[in-house]
Amino acid sequence: MVKTIIEKVWDRHVVTEEEGKPDLLYIDLHLLHEVTSPQAFEGLRLAGRKVRRPERCYATMDHNVPTRNIETVSDPTAQKQMTTLEKNCEEFGIELAHMTHPDQGIVHIIGPELGLTQPGRTIVCGDSHTSTHGAFGAIAFGIGTSEVEHVLSTQTLWQNRPKTMEVKIFGKLGTGVTAKDVILAVIAKFGIDVGTGHIIEFTGEAIRNLSMEERMTICNMSIEAGAKAGLISPDETTVEYLRGRRHVPDGEEFEAVAAEWLSLATDEGAVYDTTLTLDAAAIEPYVTWGTNPAMGTGISGHVPYASDYASPSDKEALKKAITYMGLEEGMPLSDISIQHVFIGSCTNARLSDLRAAAAIVEGQHVHPSVTAIVVPGSRSVKRLAEQEGLDEVFKAAGFEWRESGCSMCLAMNDDVVPAGERCASTSNRNFEGRQGAGARTHLVSPAMAAAAAIAGRFTDIRKVPVLQD
Amino acid sequence: MEPINVVTSIMTPLDRKNVDTDQIISKEFLKRIERTGFGKYLFYHWRFDSEGKANTDFVLNDSRFEGSQILVADENFGCGSSREHAPWAILDYGFRVVIAPGFADIFYNNCFKNGILPIRLTQNEIDSLLADGQKIPVELTVNLEKQTVTRKDTGAILPFNIDPYSRQMLLNGWDEISLTFQYEDQIAAYEERMAR
Repeated sequence: MVKTIIEKVWDRHVVTEEEGKPDLLYIDLHLLHEVTSPQAFEGLRLAGRKVRRPERCYATMDHNVPTRNIETVSDPTAQKQMTTLEKNCEEFGIELAHMTHPDQGIVHIIGPELGLTQPGRTIVCGDSHTSTHGAFGAIAFGIGTSEVEHVLSTQTLWQNRPKTMEVKIFGKLGTGVTAKDVILAVIAKFGIDVGTGHIIEFTGEAIRNLSMEERMTICNMSIEAGAKAGLISPDETTVEYLRGRRHVPDGEEFEAVAAEWLSLATDEGAVYDTTLTLDAAAIEPYVTWGTNPAMGTGISGHVPYASDYASPSDKEALKKAITYMGLEEGMPLSDISIQHVFIGSCTNARLSDLRAAAAIVEGQHVHPSVTAIVVPGSRSVKRLAEQEGLDEVFKAAGFEWRESGCSMCLAMNDDVVPAGERCASTSNRNFEGRQGAGARTHLVSPAMAAAAAIAGRFTDIRKVPVLQD
Repeated sequence: MEPINVVTSIMTPLDRKNVDTDQIISKEFLKRIERTGFGKYLFYHWRFDSEGKANTDFVLNDSRFEGSQILVADENFGCGSSREHAPWAILDYGFRVVIAPGFADIFYNNCFKNGILPIRLTQNEIDSLLADGQKIPVELTVNLEKQTVTRKDTGAILPFNIDPYSRQMLLNGWDEISLTFQYEDQIAAYEERMAR
């Protein structure tokens, strides 16, 4: 019988299925960080339970870590949370890339870097952006702390089988249009909850042509479309990315697992519960104008008018969003000035993202009214970028070059956008207060963020000279 | 986990779509390592202004809804971050039931692990509850055993669906991990099968 990759991977992980119950699903890899794990470990201790398979767990510190002066954490509550993770990992025998460890980074960036993320695996983490790992053809999803505790003690989860959804991006992307623009366009077109109860498989020529890093950007934001998970069938691009990584076998053994990975791809003729399609050529560089990731449009567009919406609740939602954002109906996106630029996060802080941004800023200077920071996604990304001299390009242009972590994506550390100020951000969420109480977030690609840093407002990257050469 | 079956209370109407977990509990309150004490931070930036004064036009500051155990909101409630601090804050504040046309998956799951009953009603039923409930406080009786929500004002009985497993967990207040331990043999057999 022909199957989608979603069904193949799910079926292989069902420990038991009974009438009237969800499936008991085996979890191959459990990633942990300091914010959503302390109560889970405490639960284990209170019940006298152990971690069933500590070797299937991997922990790091990312949400709270300072990106300047990493030796001192100014907030004692944050420090305590990190110390707690360190103690928990020691007590329960879990490998930890602590704050100053060479492998430290955002949990969704280091999993793939280390080769922990592999096709066909079930991967969970107490973080909604776990969907990132789906880029490899894994079923990867975010869970709450109670489920973290459940996985720690049983290596399983009770899960209802999700429905399957294909999002097909056909054709070729235009110059200056990136993976970030694709996923923002998908969410804007189909809605913030289109994926609820589903796992999305992204397919089509435009997806096939993406690098692994770009595929991670797409899958990362599946959750912003409400999906349980997002994934992409493995192909040669997947295999070549993983070859030689630390936790991946080598030699003949690698060729054997690679063949197995490729066999997971969705079979010809397999049927999804839902299929949605989008023309790659119609996608522009995107900018969000509102307070959720679906509230965005192409850079040549404008903030909507209330009259564009039929339902009173949508009109009301628009009004609330633009009031918070300090924008007017009908305002062209290219008229919006910004004060901050954040290049970072699990969505867009990999080496190729930094290269794309550096190509725009090279030889230019950050606009005098803009503060711009680059926060590499991991220490490894930072080292590689420095070997290429990207740090010098950014610094010469007036960017700050920081240490790795989640940083200004959710502003749990000191990297906060002040109230009423506006940030062009390569992160994933523009919710009210996400980057600081009263802060206004516009989601964009790294190249669009870099161009905004130079111009002091949003500008069409397709008209920037460097792209025309 | 405290079992839940029948809850009778005035409903709190939160007339918003796509309420994300960043609004339910803001990131500055995620640094604590306990599960309790989050209620005072629920919807913090909607409840209080930048000086910490109560925003009188926000529904949680409306004295008519004081002591409410049932929160009613519009579609896609709980979207965004997986933070279980969101249901912890909702529970600690005093809500046992959240009713909406739809919920984001992770939030929906997280509710069941904490003795909170998330109920999906139709968009029409919610529209009417939100409209009426903002004018005059509406008392609801939620019955999980019977899978109904009853409006005291109109007498309307609104049935709801819930999967039998989650219903049992809530009715009994079971600890899911203890239940899963009964499947130890199957888990061990799976691991052995996969190791081969």
